[in-house]
Amino acid sequence: MESLTNRKRVVSDKPMTFLEKLYLPAIWGGMFITLKHIFKKNHTIKYPEEQRVFAPVYRGMHVLKRDEEGRENCTACGLCAVACPAEAITMVAEERKKGEEHLYREEKYAASYEINMLRCIFCGLCEEACPKEAVFLTDRIVPTEFDRNDFIYDKSVLVEPINDRIDITKRQNTGKRGVI
Amino acid sequence: MDTALLIEKLVLVVLLFLVSLGIAAYSTYFERKLAAWIQDRVGPDRAGPFGILQPIADGVKMFMKEDFTPKNADRWLFILGPGIAMFTALITSSIVPWGTDLYLFGRTIVLQVADFNIGILFVFGTISIGVYGIMIGGWASNNKYSLYGAIRASSQMISYELAMGISAITIIMMSGSLGLTDIVKSQHGMNWNIFYQPVCFLVFFICALAETNRAPFDLPECESELIGGYHTEYSSMKLGLFLFAEYVSMFVSAAIISILFFGGYNFPGMDHFSGNTLALLSVLVFFAKIFFFIFVIMWIRWTIPRFRFDQLMHLGWKVLIPIAIINLMLTGIVIAFHEGWFLN
Repeated sequence: MESLTNRKRVVSDKPMTFLEKLYLPAIWGGMFITLKHIFKKNHTIKYPEEQRVFAPVYRGMHVLKRDEEGRENCTACGLCAVACPAEAITMVAEERKKGEEHLYREEKYAASYEINMLRCIFCGLCEEACPKEAVFLTDRIVPTEFDRNDFIYDKSVLVEPINDRIDITKRQNTGKRGVI
Repeated sequence: MDTALLIEKLVLVVLLFLVSLGIAAYSTYFERKLAAWIQDRVGPDRAGPFGILQPIADGVKMFMKEDFTPKNADRWLFILGPGIAMFTALITSSIVPWGTDLYLFGRTIVLQVADFNIGILFVFGTISIGVYGIMIGGWASNNKYSLYGAIRASSQMISYELAMGISAITIIMMSGSLGLTDIVKSQHGMNWNIFYQPVCFLVFFICALAETNRAPFDLPECESELIGGYHTEYSSMKLGLFLFAEYVSMFVSAAIISILFFGGYNFPGMDHFSGNTLALLSVLVFFAKIFFFIFVIMWIRWTIPRFRFDQLMHLGWKVLIPIAIINLMLTGIVIAFHEGWFLN
């Protein structure tokens, strides 16, 4: 058969020579290799003291952003839920009432917004679908829990605190949506 | 019975017991460290500086674990197995000559618990009993995997004991004595047996690996096919004794290898020293040799994959025993020539 790649190798089963049958030279060769590795540098990251640096495009736990005045960006349009391939996102929309202008940026907002972190595959399509720059994936890690229900994150976990903003500039500057 | 002699031997026995256990404990630590280095890792480093307290943590863990006995196991044999393994591993060190004579309190103290005139036979005897620990443990567990491990251990023991014995006979012929003290004394200075009997050493070393169930001959344990083999059903300190016995016997076999082939406590230029200085230096040299061989045995473990069982049998019966016998006959002919048998 014509070889389409240059990776073809002819298998040979020629009988072993006397030196190969002794096995000892091969064993000494192997031991020399392991001896060399004893003096090589290890690549261990000693976890609690050292932590691996995340890539700028790392996709971890979500955040629901607020704008500069501390109003929630999300308008509960549902595009993220539609985009989600894992069906992890659900939400309930509500109309903004008088006197709530300082809480929500636009007339419609998400009364409840839940992400099931066990369903989520951290693909980032919700972030890409969002027209309001409301949902982002961050470099935070979803902590472990003992109960499956504890993995359903609601707004109390997802929305960023006003006084403790989550930095997502690294995600915004990945070139996907241009530099802001 | 001389009271002073009794005290002196008792101190030696206790010291030897502690040293054997200490070295075995730190062998487990060093084995893990060496494995890590060879695989470009760090190894245990959490318990104390550089993980130096790891063996103590392991020991505490072993004691705290649940001591479980399977329902259908033979209760007494189940307890006896690890006991025999540990006992035979420890008792072999009693006939090892650890150094030249020490002079203390106007007495000559021999650094050896007992100098049997059948020394090397005693070693072989205890090593052979050692496999009973594994066999009884595997049988008493009433488990297929354990039984397989036990059968493998015993057949491996039978196969390799032969070649090992024949290569030991070669050394006995060289030194003309069964006693380990005489064997060591016949290698005074740099007159080591390895220079006369390299093939014999190779056979003996391979057999020693097989006898101590070390890789590449660790078929009785064989984690990947037998789930731990003979100690599958064991837990807590009984398991600990089995694992520990392996390290103790590794220490002892390293000592025996250095005695038979690398001159025991002899070192070049030892005639320049005398008295207690010589005794101390000889003990240090002997331990350096032992540690070197422990290192080599571990090094081999982390280099070579495990044999298949038929390969093991092939190597034992068809390769090592013929080589050992031919070597024995050649040595006999050369010795006879030296004695002048063929001259007239």
